[in-house]
Amino acid sequence: MAIKATARRAQTQAPASVSEDSWIEIDGLDKEYRPRKSAPTQALSDINLTVRRGEFISVVGPSGCGKTTLLKILAGLSPKSGGAVRIAGRDVTKPLPEVGMVFQAPTLLPWRTIFDNVMVPAEIQRLDPRRHRERAQQLLEMVGLNGFEQKYPHELSGGMQQRAGICRALVHDPAVLLMDEPFGALDAMTREYMNVELLRIWQESNQTIVLVTHSIPEAVFLSDRVVVLSPRPGRIAEVLDIDLERPRDLGVMSSDRAGVYVERIRRHFNAAGVID
Amino acid sequence: MATSNLVREPAQPPAPSARPARPARRKFDLREKPQLWLVPTVFVVVVLAWEYGVQLIGVDEYVLPLPSSVVESLWQQLGDDQFWGHFWVTTQEALLGFVIGVGAALLLGTFISQIKIVEATLMPYIVAFQTVPKVALAPLFVVWFGFGLTSKVVMAAVISFFPMLVNVIEGLRAADADKIQMLTVFGASKTQIFRMVRLPSALPFIFAGLDIGIVFAILGAVVGEFIGAKEGLGYLLLQTNYNFDIAGMFAVLVVLSVMGLVAHFVIRLLQKRLAFWAEDTKVIGA
Repeated sequence: MAIKATARRAQTQAPASVSEDSWIEIDGLDKEYRPRKSAPTQALSDINLTVRRGEFISVVGPSGCGKTTLLKILAGLSPKSGGAVRIAGRDVTKPLPEVGMVFQAPTLLPWRTIFDNVMVPAEIQRLDPRRHRERAQQLLEMVGLNGFEQKYPHELSGGMQQRAGICRALVHDPAVLLMDEPFGALDAMTREYMNVELLRIWQESNQTIVLVTHSIPEAVFLSDRVVVLSPRPGRIAEVLDIDLERPRDLGVMSSDRAGVYVERIRRHFNAAGVID
Repeated sequence: MATSNLVREPAQPPAPSARPARPARRKFDLREKPQLWLVPTVFVVVVLAWEYGVQLIGVDEYVLPLPSSVVESLWQQLGDDQFWGHFWVTTQEALLGFVIGVGAALLLGTFISQIKIVEATLMPYIVAFQTVPKVALAPLFVVWFGFGLTSKVVMAAVISFFPMLVNVIEGLRAADADKIQMLTVFGASKTQIFRMVRLPSALPFIFAGLDIGIVFAILGAVVGEFIGAKEGLGYLLLQTNYNFDIAGMFAVLVVLSVMGLVAHFVIRLLQKRLAFWAEDTKVIGA
């Protein structure tokens, strides 16, 4: 089932000058926290990254390296200290309607049904209710939540809630999907299952995805490229092209090449003296 | 729909607190819910001990009446039109006062919690007023508003106002930062955040405020009637007292308790309907 992703493209379409090769542009990004009473800390330093449209990018790095900060800046939740960040040609200074986000916790509203939770972004942005109800229904079917539309969040398992969270992030057909350790709270089995599921959703909806994760194998399995950040202040230590055939299944992770990628990323962590 | 060859995760059985557990709750299972027989048993034991203890020790009727005389007096009262007149007066005073007090608290609480400078300016006064024992104002209200309905409504309103106000302010602050951040990412305005997260998050607190407020409103009306009135259950309470009709006093007390209980259950019922997701949320008792 292919989700009709083109319907609203005209609206989210960037200025004509934006090339699909630089769908997300991060240019000399700095982030400094300046608490009032203590010395400022440099969280991110000179981050340069360009993401193609439709690309799947993962960001990994030791704890406290600023991966979540980077994502919050992309989401327009946190101001940057220097440099430029553009999504689809627009400067990110506040949350953009072109962006969808999946959080560490499902963060569903307990007083809304699953269906009404998925509709939240469409409601906020006052998008055509009829078309987006249809889209919400399609998305829920795509993640296997049909039949659960009228249930309340507490009636679903953690994995199902997180899938509803993914539907919510996609309902307004965002140009970019940001994911902040979305599977961190799930058990290993559910997590692997969700990884496969996410790849399927990505292939069907053709979003540009930036995923922050703690798990190196997860990053390798999912991504076109993996961005490795160094410990604080976060700099880009390496950007690794993951040259594994698509579509992928979990079997690909036992291949030698995947093992080499995982090892190579892990070495960065070991060199930093941090076991994540 | 594209099928994945992985087995779909089965829907987990809902948590014990989940709604589908309803049918089981209706069952009178005495082993699982011993309170179903313990509560009535305690009642019967206490009443019997009272009835026969009073007779055994020989306490005077005008100090502590027998439960049987209380029931007798209550029966007599319920058949009396005058009694129902008193009942409706107090009900009216309490309900009007409740609606005014709680409504004002809702408005002011929303205003205070949403605008920082208003909060900073008004909070010291609110704290100061809160420490004033409100019932002590009753004589003043009678002087200001007379012996009629108004003074009692004002008393009921003032006394139910503060617990509601505290709950509204606290409730509107109780919204999860995560949920607010989620709405912000999707571009929500302040008004949308208020409507979609802050208000629903405050509902359990608001119901706690209503629950206390209604009981306080009845208290306020009765206290107002003590100070100066020609009708109402508070007035009736004083009359029975002057006449040494202690059994009659107890009968009025029973009626007042039942009023409070009914109001409490109505509010609980509304809460279960409207704030169904948060039956166990801890709220301030004020």
